[in-house]
Formats: sequence, C-alpha cells, structure tokens
Amino acid sequence: MEKETWIDGMMMKGKVYVAGDNVVSSLGFTSEENFAHLKKMETGVKRYNDASLWMEPLMASRVDDVRLEREFAKLGSSAGFTRLEKMMLVSATAALSENKKIDISSSRTLIIVSSTKGNIELLDKEEGKRFEKKRLYLWETAAQVARFMGNPNKPLVVSNACISGVLAIILAKRLLDEGKYDTMVVIGADSLTKFVVSGFQSFKAVSNEVAKPYDAKRAGISLGEGCGTMVLTNDETKLNDAERILVMGGASSNDANHISGPSRTGDGLQMAIEKTLSEAMISAEEVDYISGHGTATQFNDDMESLAVANTQLGAVPMNSLKSYFGHTLGAAGIIESVMGVHSMRQNTLIGTYNFEELGVPATVNIIKDTRAEEVNNCLKTAAGFGGCNAAVLFEKLTSRARA
Amino acid sequence: MENTTKITAACVIENGKVYVNSKLDFTAEGSASSLDFLKAAYTHYQLNYPKFYKMDSLCKLAMVASELLMRTNRINEKYASEDIALIIANGASSLEIDTEHQVSIADEANFFPSPAVFVYTLPNILIGEIAIRNKIKGENTFFIFDTFDEDFIHSYTDSLMNNDKAKCVIAGWVDFYEDKYRAFLYTVERTNEGEAHTTTNINKLIDNKLNFERN
Amino acid sequence: MEALIEQLKQEIIEQLNLDGLKTEDINPDTPLFGEGLGLDSIDALELIVLLDKNYGLKILNPADGKKIFQSVRSMAEFISENKK
Repeated sequence: MEKETWIDGMMMKGKVYVAGDNVVSSLGFTSEENFAHLKKMETGVKRYNDASLWMEPLMASRVDDVRLEREFAKLGSSAGFTRLEKMMLVSATAALSENKKIDISSSRTLIIVSSTKGNIELLDKEEGKRFEKKRLYLWETAAQVARFMGNPNKPLVVSNACISGVLAIILAKRLLDEGKYDTMVVIGADSLTKFVVSGFQSFKAVSNEVAKPYDAKRAGISLGEGCGTMVLTNDETKLNDAERILVMGGASSNDANHISGPSRTGDGLQMAIEKTLSEAMISAEEVDYISGHGTATQFNDDMESLAVANTQLGAVPMNSLKSYFGHTLGAAGIIESVMGVHSMRQNTLIGTYNFEELGVPATVNIIKDTRAEEVNNCLKTAAGFGGCNAAVLFEKLTSRARA
Repeated sequence: MENTTKITAACVIENGKVYVNSKLDFTAEGSASSLDFLKAAYTHYQLNYPKFYKMDSLCKLAMVASELLMRTNRINEKYASEDIALIIANGASSLEIDTEHQVSIADEANFFPSPAVFVYTLPNILIGEIAIRNKIKGENTFFIFDTFDEDFIHSYTDSLMNNDKAKCVIAGWVDFYEDKYRAFLYTVERTNEGEAHTTTNINKLIDNKLNFERN
Repeated sequence: MEALIEQLKQEIIEQLNLDGLKTEDINPDTPLFGEGLGLDSIDALELIVLLDKNYGLKILNPADGKKIFQSVRSMAEFISENKK
C-alpha cells in the first residue's frame, strides 16, 4: 500500500497528510475560532476564584462549561460521560464533521488518545461517586470514546507527560507508514483539576500572572485544559484542502539526567530536533517557524533556547502558545500543532502573548507580535517530566517541490 | 550479522519471584507486603542506588526489573546511549502514587501536597528512572493498555529497528496498583544469538517458558 | 536548640525518604545540598513542605530557601527565630 515517491533522488515513503483538526479550549470550540483569538493576541488565561481548584485565586485557562454542555448535547447522547470525555467527543466529532471523506467506522482507521491524567478527578471521594472506578483507567476512557465514535479498533493510549501529544502524532505517522491503517484520529486531552493544580503548586511552578514564555521576568506556568484532535491519513483521496500539509518526521529522546528538571545543556531536545530535521530532509536554514514548548519555567525555557540555538535554529521565528491556552499537558502537543498547521494555512505568525524581553541564555528569535509571513513548515517541540523530549515537523506539500 | 530481530534477555517479576531469562533467580515469598518484597530484592541484588528509596512502588519495581535485565545483557556497553529505545506499557498508569497524592489534598484542614510524591504521578517517570540509571537517551514512549498488547509492541519494536530509530529496544510491562504487581522487560537486538523476536516468543518469555539456553 | 536539631534530623530523614540514614549520621553543620548530604531540587521543595507542615512556617519563594536550608543548624535557627 506504500506509494513510492522520489524527490531529489531520495525515495520517500507514502506521504502522511493532515486531513482534519479541531481544538476545544478556553478560546473556542473550533480551530478557526481558536486561531482567530490567537491572531488578535487574546489570551484564554484568566483569574479564577474556585475553591474546588485552589484555595486562592488562580490564573488558568478553562473550557467554558456551559458551552461544553451545549455542544455535547448536540451529539445526542444520553449516556454519562466525564467532563474530559465530553471535551474529547465534542472535539473529535467536530474534526470529523469537517471532512466527510474520513470513515471513522473503518477498521483501517485507528484512534490514538494522548492524556497525562485522564479522569483523575474521580479519585476524589465525591467526584468518584458519579462514575464506576473503571473510568480511572485511561484505556477505559479511550474505549468509551472509540465506542461512541463508532470505531471498531481498540484505541492506542499514549501517556508520556507533556510530550504525549507530539509523541502521538509521531506514532500516528509511523503507523501510517507501516501501512496497516490509512487513517489516524489523534485526540489529546487533559482537564484542569485540583489534583494537577496542587501538584504544580507544590513545585512552586505556578505563576500568579499570565505566563511569560522565554521572558526575563517569567515566573512559572499557567495551567490549562482542553482537547486537540488531528486527523492524519496516507490516502490522498481522503483530503479536502487544496493546500496539502504533511507530517515529515519526528523523534523522541531522553535527557537521562533528572526526573523533573531538564538537562542543563538541552542535549536531549537537541537530539530530537536533529533527528526530526534529518528525517524530514530539511536543513536548519529552511525552517520557517518553531512552535516551542515554552512553559515559562526558568529551567524549561533556558534549556529549550540552548537546544534551539545549538541546532542552528536561533534565527527562526519562534513562539510559545502556552500564554494563550495555558499548559494543557496531554493536549498541548496536539492543540499547539493544530495551531501551527493553521499558521501555515493562513501564512500568519502568532505573537507570544505576554512576552516582552528575552531572558534565556541562548539567542532565539521570539515572535513578539502577530504578523503575516510565508510559513511553509512548522517545527513543534516538547519536553516533559521524566526527562523526555520530542519534536515533529509539518510542511506544505507545495514547498516540497524545491530544487 | 543477522538481519532479523532477536529477544536477547528477559526479566519477569511477579508473585514474590524474580525470573531472569525464564529461570527463577530470587524469591521472597514470605514478604509481608509487595513493598517489602521489592526492598528485599534491592538488598539481595545489592542494587546500591540510594535514590531507590525516594521512588514510588511502580518505579522501585521498574528499577529491579531493569537492573537485572541490564546486568544480564550489558546493552549500554554495546550500543550508544541514543540508540537504545524504551517502549513500556502498563494498565494502571501511576494510580498507586496518584492515590497518595489525592490523600494529601483531600482534607482542606490538612492540605500538604508533596512535590516528591507529585513528581511520580506520571507513568513515564519509570522510563525516566531507567534512563537516568543506565544513561539511555533514545526513543521512549509509555503506553496504557488494559492487557499487554504483544502484537502492537512487537510490531512497533520491529518498526523502530527497521527504520533505524533504534538499534536496541527495551520493551515490556511494569504495573503496580493496590498491592498487585507484575513486570516483564526484555531486550530486542539484531544479533546472532537470542530467540526469534515473535509474538509467540514474547508470550513465552512472559510465562518464563522461553528457552534462552543458546545464548 | 540541640533538642530541636535532633528532632529536625529525624523529620528530614522521614520527609525525604533517606532510608538507611540515622540521626547520628547527620552532622548539624554539614551542607545539606551539594557536597554534604547531596539533596536535590525536589528535596528542597520537600523541606519547604516540612517547615509548613511541622512548624507552620511558609516560604513562598524557593530562592529564599538557599540560606535557610544550608544545614540542619541553619534550619533550626530559622525555626527558633520565626516559630509562632
């Protein structure tokens, strides 16, 4: 089933295309709605006074509950689903509704779920009364989603800290290259819970203001929640858009240094980036845009700048979307990749909200204000607890016909 | 050099027993608890790694299993650190330590979340601990399955090897929840020795029935 | 002060899971971080929790912890000076 293509004298595998996408977040329920807010540099991070999340006011990015219920009601389900599952079902359904050529009921379509904590709020005594204990297991959450969507395959579940989303996209590409499936529906989601907020607070990692990625005055993360869906296919006939966007390569690595702090040299992320560029057969000079991990912690942003500079990407326009969406954990890699795809489709570079002055050891080119620019490719990077790193590269098919 | 992939070592830990290459190597069936068993194994095998005591039960289990695997098959002497991949799965994620974190935040009047506990509330941390101990820097992914999917892991392992993403893969399952635990880790390489890397053989090693004698 | 130091040593061993270490193994003036006991960044955060949980003292900025957590004695002195 692999179509051999020759470019520049090198054989490429059958291509992997982006066939659909959706984002459910504080900034909206469609990719377009979300991207529109990004273009206007409007953040979804707000101050919340919610004792069920944290005893003091908390800057965070939440999905609107009223709208979520309304959107979910449209799906016509009478079964009980958790808040996280509702986000996933609303997002995946929306992504698929925009491309009727995708057949979710086919055995050649596989769902991949990316989440760090799943329905973890069910550990709470009161919350736990609403659902059976089985719902604590991520494989059960994924199975519920697959069943509702009408997909016959057992879904894959990736749970690998904050790189889960990027990892899931890389996995989808690799599986499509193997040929057993022709379509992957990658769904990344995590919800904002006291469990997660309290944990990051114990790390003294949460900022009292909206996060300032890469900024000299950054003071920690803003937490967020949401769901991103990306549909990938190796079948050209299943595409709607004239502008074809490919997943060209990706890689993961481990710093092997410390479980909660990244390597001081950024060598792990550097390796993941280098392997990604190599697989995508693209040089550093040809990269148009980097969607960084940019959590706004001292350590991550420092490390990431080193990795980017050491791969000769220091001049490439770069942003972090975490000051818009907050850090959405297992959803981050998907949500931010989808926005990267829209940056390419609309040839628009999104400014890094709340960034003012560079405060990292290596010189990187942080996009301050949204601007129009030709964006032919997008490198997405991610790093996570456990010393893991990942990178993936998206590229317009038209720009492939160079040389 | 052989072109096909081979299973070259395995470690299985369950029911108070440690198996290496399908042979019973250590047992502490009299242990009062699963945690006592793991500590007994740590002492017996002279792991000599003080960080062990800070780990949650899931990572302690992963440490013992991976240590024995690496001692049996010294892959980090054979391969560069970025050429070794870690592809591991479980069913309960990090629910064991998650429960402990939940306890620390359940009571408003006694609210003391611990960073040392929270850091373990992700299943891939066990991959991180194995990586740190053995300086492994390659591809790594943690999967959640209801039961170990040997077809998928077998296929993905071969895919990584065939596409030059890894020259050696440590694959398997490490699960610990509500005093029930089970771990099996095995190495896959291209080598003349070892047993054929097939789903049949993976199932055999899980049951400690894979004949490693030819090594 | 000496009683507090002894109590603190025991609390540190428990809070940080320093299994196998006894109070007599910890010198009150040995650096806790770096060369001495070799604690890391997570341990530093745990010591902040310890001060809050056991002594009701809050440290909001981990950077302030550097001086306080230099040794068991400096921790004891901080507690003596600030305990309510």
